[in-house]
Amino acid sequence: MTLLSNASALLGKELRTEFRSRELLPTTVVFIFIVIALFSITFHPTTSESQRLGPGLLWVAFLFAASLMLQPCFLREQNNDTLSALRLSVKDPFAIFFAKLAANTFFLLLTELLMLPFFAGFFNVHILSVFPQLVLVFFLGSLGIAIPGTAFSAISAQARMRELMLPLLLLPLLTPVLIASTEATAALLEANPALPLGGLGILIAFDIVFLTALWLFGEYLLEE
Amino acid sequence: MLKTILGAAILFVLIALTAYLAFHYAPVEKSMGIIQKIFYLHLPSALSSFVAFGICFYANLMYVFKRQPKWDWLGASAAEVGLAFISVVLVTGPIWAHPVWGIWWTWDARLTLTFVLWLLYISYLLLRSMLEEPDKRALFSALFGIFAFLDVPLVYFSIRWWRTQHPQPVILGGPGSGLDPRMRLSYLLVWAAFTGLLILLLNARYKLEAMRASVEELRREAEVQ
Repeated sequence: MTLLSNASALLGKELRTEFRSRELLPTTVVFIFIVIALFSITFHPTTSESQRLGPGLLWVAFLFAASLMLQPCFLREQNNDTLSALRLSVKDPFAIFFAKLAANTFFLLLTELLMLPFFAGFFNVHILSVFPQLVLVFFLGSLGIAIPGTAFSAISAQARMRELMLPLLLLPLLTPVLIASTEATAALLEANPALPLGGLGILIAFDIVFLTALWLFGEYLLEE
Repeated sequence: MLKTILGAAILFVLIALTAYLAFHYAPVEKSMGIIQKIFYLHLPSALSSFVAFGICFYANLMYVFKRQPKWDWLGASAAEVGLAFISVVLVTGPIWAHPVWGIWWTWDARLTLTFVLWLLYISYLLLRSMLEEPDKRALFSALFGIFAFLDVPLVYFSIRWWRTQHPQPVILGGPGSGLDPRMRLSYLLVWAAFTGLLILLLNARYKLEAMRASVEELRREAEVQ
């Protein structure tokens, strides 16, 4: 119970910080928008090509955006010297990760959903009929990005060249998320959409494996 | 020192012997021809790299729980040696694939997994070079190493699920039931030789890392005084 009440208090703090400063969300939305537009301009895809390439490009854009968006997650605490206070304020250090993870997943999902209409427009795909299934895939994918992303944000905050370090650590590790989300999204955007259980299975497995790892090893990530 | 030289000498003889066996004793494969000989380098390198990454994972776990510097040294050494072996795999693979498959590279499950492993352990070593304080470097790189190793089966299955339209690689097609006994003997010996090479390299690299740590410590002490 303490874990949940601590985590929800911290989640409130994360959300308030973001909605007061309004730094992360607008910049990430614009970043993804630019990447999608640039892809679309570069390849000038026909309808069949957009269906083949679109989902992959969309998820590559999400991954790049996430590797930038997750930077400040722990860096902000370090710059403001609030990490020690944060650690003292909770009984279980996992509450800190839990809150940051929930906030990051929420922010990622929000930007992804904001981008979806533009994606549908640029790449000529129909999304309305499969919207709930898409949200499910986006949620599992965002969670998959956010779990190692939050963990590595704590690592890269301590390193030199930290802005480059986070994408370097995160992107190769996210290969399974990239492939599974892309295939699942592609299957939903086909003429006969179907929810691919294999893709969902990989995403769920990824989320569970790394959530467990974060739960087991998270406290060591906060050592100073 | 004497032990190392002796070990290296034995290994040298063993590798020379396996080279002779691979090229002169084992028969030439019927459909692929002489290019198949590269397997005697490719396969044991792959096995050695997997063993090295396994050792790295074990050392990472041990460091996180025990906090003894020796586990950090072992982890760093194993990652570097594994990276050397897997680089051999990534170079010899395309040399074989070009004449046999007609292409240098394809994103097949095994190839992608090898490539992602290569990237992950490069990141591991880069991260180490970007963390200055020894304790922090040891702990954070160990934690990243644990995450990276957990990713391996997920990468493999995520690719196997969809990207298998390409004809299956013949990498392990050879050493099945129909393998020529002379080939089998050559494979076994070359594998033993490469395991010996792995141990020798790991041992040398570990000593270097231990020495580097004591130099670092001496330097810090000198700065304090």
